[in-house]
Order: sequence, then C-alpha cells, then structure tokens
Amino acid sequence: MTIGERDTFPKLLVLNARRFSGRPAFRHKDRGIWRGWSWAEVEREVRAYALGLSRLGLKRGDRFAIIGTNRPKLYWSFLAAQWLGAVPVPIYADAIADEMGYVLGHAETRLAAVEDQEQVDKILAVSERAPALEAVIYDESRGLRDYDHARLHAIDEIIADGRRALAEDPAFNAWLDNELVAGSADDVCVIMYTSGTTGRPKGVEIVSGRAIAAVSDSIAFDRFTERDEVLAYLPLAWVGDHYLTYCQSLVAGFCVSCPESPETVQENMREIGPTYYFGPPRVFETLLTATTVRMADAGAIKRALYRFFIAHARRYGEKILNREPVPPHARLLYAIGQFIVYEPLKNALGFSKVRVAYTAGEAIGPDLFSFYRSVGLNLKQAYGQTEAFILVASQADDQVRADTVGPLMPRVELRIAEDGEVQYKSPGQFLGYFRDAAKTAEAMTPDGYIKTGDAGFLDQAGHLHIIDRSKDVGRLRNGALFAPKYIENKLKFFPNIREAVAFGDGRDFVTCFVNIDLTAVSDWAERNGVTYGSYQELAGHERVTALLADHVRAVNRDLASEPATAGARIRRFLVLHKELDADDGELTRTQKVRRRFIAERYARLVDALYSDVDTVDIATEVMFDDGRKGTIAARVKICDLAPAAAASELVDA
Amino acid sequence: MTEAAAGDTLLAVEGISLQFGGVTALSDVSFDIKRGEIRAIIGPNGAGKTSMLNVINGFYHPQRGAIRFRGRDFSRMHPGFAARNGIARTFQNVALFRGMTTLDNLMTGRALKMHRGFLWQLLRYGPAMDEEIVHRRVVEDIIDFLEIEAIRRVPVGRLPYGLQKRVELGRALAMEPELLLLDEPMTGMNLEEKEDMCRFILEVNVQFGTTIALIEHDMGVVMDLSNRVVVLDYGRKIADDVPAAVKQDAAVIAAYLGVAA
Repeated sequence: MTIGERDTFPKLLVLNARRFSGRPAFRHKDRGIWRGWSWAEVEREVRAYALGLSRLGLKRGDRFAIIGTNRPKLYWSFLAAQWLGAVPVPIYADAIADEMGYVLGHAETRLAAVEDQEQVDKILAVSERAPALEAVIYDESRGLRDYDHARLHAIDEIIADGRRALAEDPAFNAWLDNELVAGSADDVCVIMYTSGTTGRPKGVEIVSGRAIAAVSDSIAFDRFTERDEVLAYLPLAWVGDHYLTYCQSLVAGFCVSCPESPETVQENMREIGPTYYFGPPRVFETLLTATTVRMADAGAIKRALYRFFIAHARRYGEKILNREPVPPHARLLYAIGQFIVYEPLKNALGFSKVRVAYTAGEAIGPDLFSFYRSVGLNLKQAYGQTEAFILVASQADDQVRADTVGPLMPRVELRIAEDGEVQYKSPGQFLGYFRDAAKTAEAMTPDGYIKTGDAGFLDQAGHLHIIDRSKDVGRLRNGALFAPKYIENKLKFFPNIREAVAFGDGRDFVTCFVNIDLTAVSDWAERNGVTYGSYQELAGHERVTALLADHVRAVNRDLASEPATAGARIRRFLVLHKELDADDGELTRTQKVRRRFIAERYARLVDALYSDVDTVDIATEVMFDDGRKGTIAARVKICDLAPAAAASELVDA
Repeated sequence: MTEAAAGDTLLAVEGISLQFGGVTALSDVSFDIKRGEIRAIIGPNGAGKTSMLNVINGFYHPQRGAIRFRGRDFSRMHPGFAARNGIARTFQNVALFRGMTTLDNLMTGRALKMHRGFLWQLLRYGPAMDEEIVHRRVVEDIIDFLEIEAIRRVPVGRLPYGLQKRVELGRALAMEPELLLLDEPMTGMNLEEKEDMCRFILEVNVQFGTTIALIEHDMGVVMDLSNRVVVLDYGRKIADDVPAAVKQDAAVIAAYLGVAA
C-alpha cells in the first residue's frame, strides 16, 4: 500500500510503523509494571480499533468525543477516529456534567470514548442534551458491570471485534487502506473546545495538513527525533497536550509514556526520564517550593552544600548554559556542583535527561526561571494559542531570556495593531469556530489576521514581549503605551513587593501603589536594625520607602531600555499602609488586583499622587477575619522619583 | 464461588455467651450471615460489637454457644483456622506494620498462601521467585482496585489515617477472603474518605462476591450499605432486620437515645 502524502496523523502512524517498526511508541504503567507498544503494534491495534468503530457505525465526518486522563487507548481513539475520517472532540475529564452536555450537544458527537465509570455517569446524566450520541465506549470496566450495556461497550471489545473481522475477511484490510488514503490535508483533524472566561466554550477546528506543517516546524526547531521521550501528564483535552504528546510524537516518532495515575506523575517522571518536558509556571514554582522546604529540613552539612552550590549556580550557571565566557575556576566549581547538587536535584525532580523544557501560559518570575536554568535545565518560554495551533513565538536554545517569549516561529506573520494588540497568521492556524461563524468573524481581522486579545511588542532583537490583555492596556495623555499588569509584574518580581497597582490611563505620567511583602521586608528589617511595631509602621518606615524606591528605579531603568515602554516609567509612588486583601474586595479570590475598585476606594491617594502634596492622611475601613469592621488611620508619604530627571526623560520619550 | 450458592447461610452464631470474670460481654446472641450479603452489627458503645467479631474469628472463646461456618459446627474458632478458611478482618485501631511499605504490608496478607520454605524465600530465586510473582500480581490488582498506586513504596507509618485504613482493607483483601470482617472501617475519616471507603466496600461485595460483616457507628453508612442489621445492647441482641425496619424499632431507638420505650 502506498500512503502518498504525509498529510494526516493516521498516515504518519503507518509511516512510523515502517520507519521505526520495533521502536517504542507508547508505554503505560499498569499494576506496577511499564508495558510498552511498538509503532508496529500500535498500527495493528489502531487498524482493528478503527474497523471496530466503523462496525459500530462511525463514519467520515462524524464527531467522536474523547474524555479521560492520559491513557494509550484514549490516544489511539484519536488515531482510530481520524483513520475513518471522523473528527475527535476531546473534552476535559474534570468538566462538570453541564459543560460536557453542552459540548456533546453542540458538536453532535455520535460516539464517545471515555476512561471510566465517572465519565460514563456524567454522560448518562446529560444524555438528553446529546440526542446524536448513540453509544459510549470505555477503557476501564470497573463499576460498570451492572450498567445497561445496550449502548455501552468496552474499548477492548471494539478492538477485539475489529481484529476478529479482519481475521475472518481479509477484504477489510483493503477497505481500511482505502479509508486511510481517503484522508486529506484539508480534513478537520480535531475540534478543541476552549474554555472561554466568558460565555460558552468555542470549538476550534484544526486542519490536518496545517497542523502537520506547523508541528514539523517545531520538530525541526528543537531537533526532536524518534529517540526523545515524553511523559503525558497534561489534560488530554488541552491543546498543549494534544500538540506535544500526540502531534509531535507522531511527526517525530518519539515514545509517549502514560503515568500510572495522576498522583504518581512525579515518580513516573523519575522512572522514564523524559528528554522533553512542558510545565506551566505554577508547576515549576511548586517543585521549587517543595525542594526548598525539604532542604530546610535537611542536615546542616547538606544544607550548607546546597546553599553554597546554588549560590554558585545563580552566579555562573546560566552563563555556562548560554555558552558565555566564564573563568575556568568557576567552571570547575560548577562541575563539582553538578556532581554533588545539581544532578541529584534534577534527578529527584525527574529532569535528569531533559534536553528541552518549556513553560508558557502566563509570566514566569525571572528568579524562578533562572533558578532552573542555573542548575542546567534548558528551560525556555513560548507563546501560542489554540487558534494558532499553536506556537507563535518560541525561544531557540541560544536566544533564551526571562522577559520575552522569544522570536517568532518560522512562517508566522505577526503585526502589532494600533491599540497594541498582537495579531498573527500562522502555518497551523484554525479553520474557524465550529458552527459559530459570528465568533469566527470576531476573532479575525478583515485581512485574515487572528486577534490574540493580548497586547505586546517586538523588541529590537526581534523578541516578542507580551505585556497584558489588550483591553486592559491604556495610554498616557502624551500617547505612550501604558500596560498596568506589565509594570506591576515587573515590580512584583522583587521579593520585597507583594502587590503593586499602577495608574496612568489618560494621565500625564504613571504612578503606583505598592504593598510590602511582610515576610521578606521584616526579614530585611531584622538584618538592618529597623525596628517597628506593626505592619503599618513597617510599611511607613522611611528606610523601607528608600528600599522600595530602589526597586522602582530598577523597574524604570528596565522600562526605559525598550522604546515601546520607555514612556511608562513610574514618576511617583506610595507604600500602602494596609495589605490589599480579598476580604476587603481589593483582590479577587484568585489574588488578582481589582484595579478599578482600588482606584475608587483610595481615590484620595490617587489624587494625591497626581498633585504636589507629599503626605496624605487617610482612614480606611477594613474587615477583620472574625467579621468585625474597623478603621485604620494613617499618614501616607508619597515618594517622588528624581522629578527633574523624570521630567527630562519624559521629554525625550 | 464455592460449594453453595448465594443466599445460603455462610456463618451462624448460636447462643453465644462471653464473660470476662464477672463481666458479661455477650449473652445468648444468635444471628446468621448469608453468603454474599453485607451484614452490619451496630449498637451503642460497649454493646459487645467488637467482642462479637473477635468471637467469630477466634480471638475470644465464648463460654457457651456454637459457631456454624460453612456447615460445620465449632464450639470455638481459632484465628489461624479462621484465616486459612477464608475469614479476614480489619481492626478498629489500625494494626499494620508501620515501618513497612504499603506493598510489603499487602504482601503479608499473602503469607498464608506462600508455600516455599524460609530458605527459598531468603534466596529469592527459582520457585520462590515464581511464587512471589504470582502473589505480587494479586497484590498489584488490589493496589489498582483501591487506587493506592502513589503510596506503594511509602512506609505506612507516614500515611494519613484514612489511607492507613485503606491499606488495612487491602491487606485483608489480599487474603482473598470469603468472609470479610470490618471493625469500624470509617472512624476518623472525613466525608470524602468515607464515600471512597463505602464505594470500595460495595465493589468488594459486588465484584468479588465477598460476604461482609461490618461494625459501624455512622448510621447513614450502615443504612446505605447493609442488607441486614443486627443490633446489640449490653451484650444482648435487641433487633435483627433490614435497615428500614431497624430504624423504626422501638427498642433500638430507646437503646440509642437512652429513653424508655
């Protein structure tokens, strides 16, 4: 059989079964043992599975829901469906029944492949909202024995049924080959529903040929081969997992290992030793915190070694990784550190063999980012969107910086709109939102660029900076771009600053409130002989103000280094007399500042920032933990940063 | 499963009386446990529930009465005999080997089924290894069943109480019992852990056909799980019926609320 073009994922499977027939394609830990399947075995399973599905009624163009955690048979469900020309629709395993009902109904899925009883129960609960759904097939039979099996089948049964049919009538082989070749580059290969923050989820239609083209670029970019290894632990329905463990694995031919259970991911990482890893910033933060806590409990010698070598890595590690010149003795000490601390640490985290690691999704603190790089983990940042499938910008090995998401990916066209919004065309870009022409039109510009809703700029080195959601970006009166979250994040990266709130939209210059971080600043106060009796007193101390002023100046220098942000330097700031608190409505429950609310509540302070006064008296009502209310009265000092210099800089901005 | 069909009497106690010195723990208690059912034993503190379980698996020897198990009469049971003949139990206060891992604790549940001698075991070679693989497979099925993969290698002393209870259930299951005695399997658990435990008990009953006798304080749990309930008070049986009927029983209400019926 000739498969022709490499334009669908099942064709890549068949190709891999020829190229890498004996090499591992999937592994799954079950009953304490890693079980593996070679590419040739996976092809056989998927052929039988596809035939079984077609005997169950699945046809070209049908939608096929896939719900569960990372298990080989669920990944094969994508392949088997695509083999027949059906469109897989993955749904988050932790979606509540209502959301699941919406997607099943909107996509009109005819079949659903699910992991276990939990998902079957949810589907049964919303079955009246999914009238097109004819049958549900499951991977794990436990607890399903007493269910009505009229419309419920085990995936294993479907595969066995296909295998039996193939054995009885070899003509099915030719039929399957025909189905495979009938697939084309223009097929919609998957519909990924994105959970919008507002409104109903939208089904992003990804096109087979475009997806393979985009993924091939990324494979070449990081030089992935069939010898790489990944552990699949991200949600199956998330575009990142689909890209990394399904698409990239099929294009490069590397092996995907599925963990024993979601709780054993860390342990399974150590066993498999992946060479390629993706984690959102939060995961890296959790791992570092866990390490720090465990080191604090370690013996004195271990603790001293850890502290000494981590300090050395902080100084030279990144330079060594970036192949910058480093004195020979530092290099030697780093090599010793590798042996004693860095490698054992990476081993404990499961990063021993990681060659390429990515983080994306939100801003990662530069300290956190450089910690991992300094111990020799090649951690990089990328920026992408489901609609782009997926990468818009990504850092190459020699172009890693903490504050950007890297240069553009090959064949991505990008422009910055009038209002600062990032707009692009990408090789993998989506076809549209499934059955939602209105939303599709909203997401695109008339000339075919996709709107990200993110504000950003390209710096002189060609790196993309993402600064905020574009709707939150304002302008100063002189027209300079003002991105509050970008400034606030830069401030918050200083451990002494817990929260920051920047103002400036429609004003002459930028000002901000800062909140001290009590733990960090009280630690500093102790070391520097600053005495205080309360949070308020510490926050109002002039040496603390001076300390924070240094931080603000450092942020200003940073902002000044890029023309796009140079106009938004902070002229005046004050240290708030009370900690911003979700109980007082100043933060959301997820700890995001509610800028507008704060501006109203502290209107007097904001007015003062934009006047000539140096101190303001303010009384603020607060809610205590036990529900009582009280008032905090304070005299807040305003810090003016080198007004003369600021004025002259404003002129040239 | 074995010789008889579901619904037959698997075990019956007849006229059991148990005294410690002058204290009467049980007096003239009779009831039966049918094959395949979940049988609850309830009663206020000190009613003799745990004593009853201890009589059934031979920890205590009653002064009077008989135990009928699989059609054979015994005036007293012995723990070893009970264990070899398919009676497994868990304890009110977890009784695991705290320094050993979850896996090793479960493997001890297989000890009675291992036949190779001490020296073979020591060698971990040949027949002893083959035997260990067989038993390990059974234990791994239980680990999968109870969803405790993540704590396979953790010493049980470091586990939270709810998980220790689950491991103890696992060890009892490793014996592949015909009759499982559970002494307050939900004490000290939060709501979520209780729900998990209920699910496991039901699944053991349905999937493996294991007959279960359980002592439990949580009335909601008892009423949901059990097919029949026997109620003890001061060592006497005061009621024996389906949960709905027991709930309405005047003597039971009096025993629990302490008012005259």
